[in-house]
Amino acid sequence: MMHERAGERTTRASDLMRRLRSGIRAPCARLSAYAAMVLAMVVTGAPPSVKAQAVTARPVVIASKPFGESYLLAEMLAQLLERSGRTVQRRMGLGATEVAFTAIRTGAVDVYPEYVGTGLVAILRDTVTPDMRADPRAAFAHVASNSLRRFGVHWLPPLGFQNGYAIAVRRETATKHGLRTLSDLAASPARLVAGFTADFIGRNDGWPGLQRNYGITFGNVRPLAPAVKYQAIAARSVDIIDGYSTDGLLAKYDLVTLDDDQHFFPPYEAAALVSTRLMNADPGAVAVLASLSGRLSEARMREWNRAIEVDGRAIPEVAQLALDAVGLGAAARTTGDSIAPVDRAGFWRFMLDRRTETLRLTAEHLRMVLIALLAAIVVAVPLGLWLTGKPGVATVVLQGLGVVQTIPGLALLAFMIPLLGIGTVPAVIALFAYALLPIARATIAGLRVADPDAVAAVEAMGATPRQALLWVRLPLAAPIVLSGIRTAAVLTIGTATLAAFIGGGGLGEPIVTGLGLADMRLVLSGAIPAAILAVTVDALLALAERVVAPAHLR
Amino acid sequence: MARDISLRYGAVQALASESIDVPSGTLLAIVGESGSGKTSLLRCFNRMVTPDAGAVLIDGQNVRELDAVALRRRIGYVPQSGGLLPHWTVERNVALVPRLTGQSDPLRSARAALERCGLPVSKFGARLPHELSGGQRQRAAIARALAASQDLLLLDESFGALDAISRNELLDAFTTLRTEIGFTCVLVTHDLGEAARLADAIAVMRAGVIEQVGTLTTLRDAPASPYVHELLARAQASARVLCE
Repeated sequence: MMHERAGERTTRASDLMRRLRSGIRAPCARLSAYAAMVLAMVVTGAPPSVKAQAVTARPVVIASKPFGESYLLAEMLAQLLERSGRTVQRRMGLGATEVAFTAIRTGAVDVYPEYVGTGLVAILRDTVTPDMRADPRAAFAHVASNSLRRFGVHWLPPLGFQNGYAIAVRRETATKHGLRTLSDLAASPARLVAGFTADFIGRNDGWPGLQRNYGITFGNVRPLAPAVKYQAIAARSVDIIDGYSTDGLLAKYDLVTLDDDQHFFPPYEAAALVSTRLMNADPGAVAVLASLSGRLSEARMREWNRAIEVDGRAIPEVAQLALDAVGLGAAARTTGDSIAPVDRAGFWRFMLDRRTETLRLTAEHLRMVLIALLAAIVVAVPLGLWLTGKPGVATVVLQGLGVVQTIPGLALLAFMIPLLGIGTVPAVIALFAYALLPIARATIAGLRVADPDAVAAVEAMGATPRQALLWVRLPLAAPIVLSGIRTAAVLTIGTATLAAFIGGGGLGEPIVTGLGLADMRLVLSGAIPAAILAVTVDALLALAERVVAPAHLR
Repeated sequence: MARDISLRYGAVQALASESIDVPSGTLLAIVGESGSGKTSLLRCFNRMVTPDAGAVLIDGQNVRELDAVALRRRIGYVPQSGGLLPHWTVERNVALVPRLTGQSDPLRSARAALERCGLPVSKFGARLPHELSGGQRQRAAIARALAASQDLLLLDESFGALDAISRNELLDAFTTLRTEIGFTCVLVTHDLGEAARLADAIAVMRAGVIEQVGTLTTLRDAPASPYVHELLARAQASARVLCE
């Protein structure tokens, strides 16, 4: 499960961004707005005014974070709205809390499901008072009023179930050591081996706090990737893991969750978040969404999560069943455009069945990469030319581009949201920013090594600087410039899979969904074409490199 | 003619108020060790280097008042490495200046220059520089320096990187060429023997200063400084070893 409900992985990056933002926002916003307009025209082939009209009558944008339950809740909300005759645009699998919440705060997204505890700890960064621990209603009231006041984001009444941290052991371990609660665990002399996700180990409301609060000790605590923790406990590599109370896999592996009898964990009630934009534009839609409040239960969620995560049922189908079960069902129209049905047939059969979708995603991916790469070439090659012979300026500029390079991909994408919203445009701009450094650097390097004697000779015999550039320096630098472009291309194809985290589409879409659902076939259906694409583009550019190589190097 | 040329690179005085005269049609060799300022002085002629003080006059015109690009197109230049463009054929390389000056048929001038320099076009014209021997490359470089009928040639150690046999052949060919066409030359070399063989006058430079200008006989019989005397003595000694 990639249950990143508190934006664990993006937390550090978001701190960085918060600091960056205050200083560079204004000029950046202007620049980016302009770049976005140009790019929007490239992408859509339409002048911006057409886009602006579309915004006023836009569909309701519903998003989820990249894990099964979030997909399911978002799909249920989407189907409810579609049944009421509204058009819905799905942006499933946005990269964790920072991305999703920024998107809803800025109105790029209208609705997504969130958890009270995440709101408290990761979004508001408030202290969890004993009062809140004891009473979920107090926690909800605090989160709802503060989110609205500080960010203009509305929390609809809770959906009716909690999905909190669940410390789980195998049934036999529980029986053998007589474990029922976390206090039992603290009192037990058993030397158990824990396998916790990295964020749980690091978070104050995770393992460190738990240890302090209950006085629990283990024989060993091993960090585990979310995707493998259930396999690890089933295989007896570890005895105890951190899960979530509605995980479908808890039932699959027959695990027992230990009761948080001292109420250490904050309440994690699920609720739908709604943007101020939707609240003002279509209050009726908000009423429809609120009809789901209070109708769900932990037992039912576990059952439906299991249907998705363990049985591999398609999410739209499970969402429809779930709505039926809570009395909101009807012939809900589903497009299922962004949620691929999970088919547990053989791998190659699965790939074959998905070929149309894979082709579409590959084309989308390639388009994103090409636009970003071409724009980067148009900017970075002249930049490299201009910087040649200005070593001081070049160092500063290249260091600046290097800093861009060190910002983690997801963080850069998250940074784009307040300026450009979500979707393809910010993704393309982020990719463009990443591609600049290798190309500019290669241009400078290529020009530097271009036969200095030959350059000096043509200048000494009366070639103008422009002639020397076009006849000698550029042709001699071309293979190195192209190798820089080649590096950038392969890099961009890989990085572009992250675009799916901000709804940019492409081959990252099945990767993100597959990671969320622990469905490796789905992951591979994105990863394999991406790898093939990278290898193919690399080979084509290698060919181009041979063609542009100066005669003496061929 | 160069008058009162001074040049500094930061704190280093490369040339200290030096004057030198190259009569039309003659070859002046500037001899000196590395760092003596001989190449800097050479580069003042086509304004690849602009002196801090003083003036270079070509046909009575101060080069500082001329357009640098136009000036350079009138002056041939042959560096030690040849400086041919590695991605252009020999023919295209030699056609460079005719093409720059907008001649109607640059390749025709190139072919004529190549033939004059002993590189038959049919055999060498379509080759790339790396397909030539060192001697052939320098011939091509000389052809390029002459293809637009330049009447001044700047030679910067142009024969210095060759083996003894190719060098000997090339020096003979170059002498013949000069007799036929009669262009003016400034040659920079560290080799007094080469200077003796080609030059009408020799300037000995040391640490940015011209110690003496004169014919070989003058330098030998009336050296103006101990350095010139020693330079000549050393060259004579090594020549004697070869003769005996």
